[in-house]
Amino acid sequence: MIAFLLRRLGQSLLLLLIVSVIGFAILHLAPGGPLSQFAAGGDMTQADLDRIAEQLGLNRPLPVQYVEWLWRMLTGDWGLSYRDQQPVLHIIASHLGATLELMLTSTLLAMVIGAWVGILGAIRRYSLFDSLATIGAMIALSIPTFWFGLVIIYVFSVGLGWLPAGNRYTMGDGSFLNQVHHLIGPCIVLALVSTAVWSRYMRSSMLEVVNQDYIRTARAKGVPERQILLRHALRNALLPMITITGLHVPTLLSGALVTETVFTWPGMGRLFLDSISYRDYPVVMGILMFTAVLVLLGSLLADLLYGVADPRISRSGR
Amino acid sequence: MSGVPFTSTAEPTLPPAPGFWNSPGLRRFRRHRLAVFGAATIVFLTLACIVGPWLLPYTDTFIDIRNRFAPPFSGPHVLGTDPLGRDILARLLMAGRISLAVGFSAMAIAMAIGIVVGMVAGFYEGALGAALMRFVDAMLCFPSIFLLLAISALISPSVPSIILLIAMTSWMEVARVVEAQIRSLKTREFAQAAVSFGASNRRIMIRELLPNAIAPIVVAATLNVAHAILAESYISFLGFGIQPPTPSWGNMLDSAQSYLTSAPWLAIIPGAAITLAVTSFNFIGDGLRDALDPRMDGQ
Repeated sequence: MIAFLLRRLGQSLLLLLIVSVIGFAILHLAPGGPLSQFAAGGDMTQADLDRIAEQLGLNRPLPVQYVEWLWRMLTGDWGLSYRDQQPVLHIIASHLGATLELMLTSTLLAMVIGAWVGILGAIRRYSLFDSLATIGAMIALSIPTFWFGLVIIYVFSVGLGWLPAGNRYTMGDGSFLNQVHHLIGPCIVLALVSTAVWSRYMRSSMLEVVNQDYIRTARAKGVPERQILLRHALRNALLPMITITGLHVPTLLSGALVTETVFTWPGMGRLFLDSISYRDYPVVMGILMFTAVLVLLGSLLADLLYGVADPRISRSGR
Repeated sequence: MSGVPFTSTAEPTLPPAPGFWNSPGLRRFRRHRLAVFGAATIVFLTLACIVGPWLLPYTDTFIDIRNRFAPPFSGPHVLGTDPLGRDILARLLMAGRISLAVGFSAMAIAMAIGIVVGMVAGFYEGALGAALMRFVDAMLCFPSIFLLLAISALISPSVPSIILLIAMTSWMEVARVVEAQIRSLKTREFAQAAVSFGASNRRIMIRELLPNAIAPIVVAATLNVAHAILAESYISFLGFGIQPPTPSWGNMLDSAQSYLTSAPWLAIIPGAAITLAVTSFNFIGDGLRDALDPRMDGQ
């Protein structure tokens, strides 16, 4: 178990190093590079630009810049935002809560609905419900998230007036109920894709388990069908879902960015979009690296939890 | 060194090939009703976008200033007009040309990159293969929209640059698929035979291994078109993709949110077009997966 853990940790660190090189390359090898924001202003002479490059250390060889940048990232100094001179890490932290709230609630919603749809589909395989669920999942995966958001706003905010059209709470009303009310719309929108993914994997995972010997044994013992499904089958069918949830983090983050934009939700995705409009490179870079770390953590956690939940994994030494 | 004599002596003993329409793969595909629906929809959409603009009384840039915000099915403009009084159907079809072209071209480039990287990584394994695949893993750590937006901010947006951008961020899955295929195929007898004939590595990869990996590649290509159309719509909607006045399905939605109360059709029509196209490609991909996988026969 320890060896498995260490190996997996080592792999993640190596991957993180490659990720940092790619992230650094994207921003520094592009035409203009980090200086283009200043050059775009138009009122700066070449001498001014040279002086800024000197100050920010942009005139040194790239490998030197990379090592220095990496060191500062590791020691928690992620630079200052060009826009308001706040520390990048501080800005990200202040937007992270809203994004995590959205991601966690929508994941929960997707788990509950997706699991039920998947289980029912597996039990009544090839039934009308199963076919509709299959087609529905396929369409859900094809709908652009922002468009689904607009439809939800049009129906529930403009048409029925049930839900607010955006923001995290009403100005001057920070009550819990008010926040929940604002969360419903974006939560549903973000949950759409995850629900589709969950229902598909749950269905196939359930079908795999249902054909196992121990299920047949339980049936032969005369255990009620309901108990077989919910106690024996579901527990084991849920195991692979740990991995799915971990690997779903990048999709969830991308979805969150779009959902936050449509619902003016003050999270990390919107911050990223705003920072790109302002060419605020330290923040763009910071969020890009931060999301990559989240993705890595997601898959690492999924692997470790799966190893704990299913002892066969760590022993077979993947 | 040519393999021609071997194949020509073997030919007469082969059973007559079934016709195209009766081939087992196509039969399985036709049985997949959703895939057939998807294929028909894509053919229809493509034809409509190519031919349609010539048949309409309005061009996509004609401004009918007295008919601004005309709702669909209410007057001379079948799908209504936008805030400038431009015909939405005409714009939808012109936008479809761009969006479908972006989808297909980005897919072609992404497939080229993914196939080469996957093939080399799978064939040589070892340090080179490991390095390439770790690079693939690292690229996949960036959530796709974050990566697309970060790079799009650095380039000047145009149709070719957006195509390249989408291709650069969507080849990794293909590389994984191809790598796994090549790695398992190269241990098979026919590949070993090619090695014993003294065939060059490049010849073995391109002439022997790649054709045998074509089924999953075709499936990946179809799903990749769906992904590319969706990616284009996302970045264009967010304002970093195809720039007006060039219409695309994504940027038609760009300003639609401001008119959601007064003119909801501005948002609903292009979004429906995107959903229809992407769903169709996903259905085709699903059908192809069943059709090209012989193990599924008889189920």
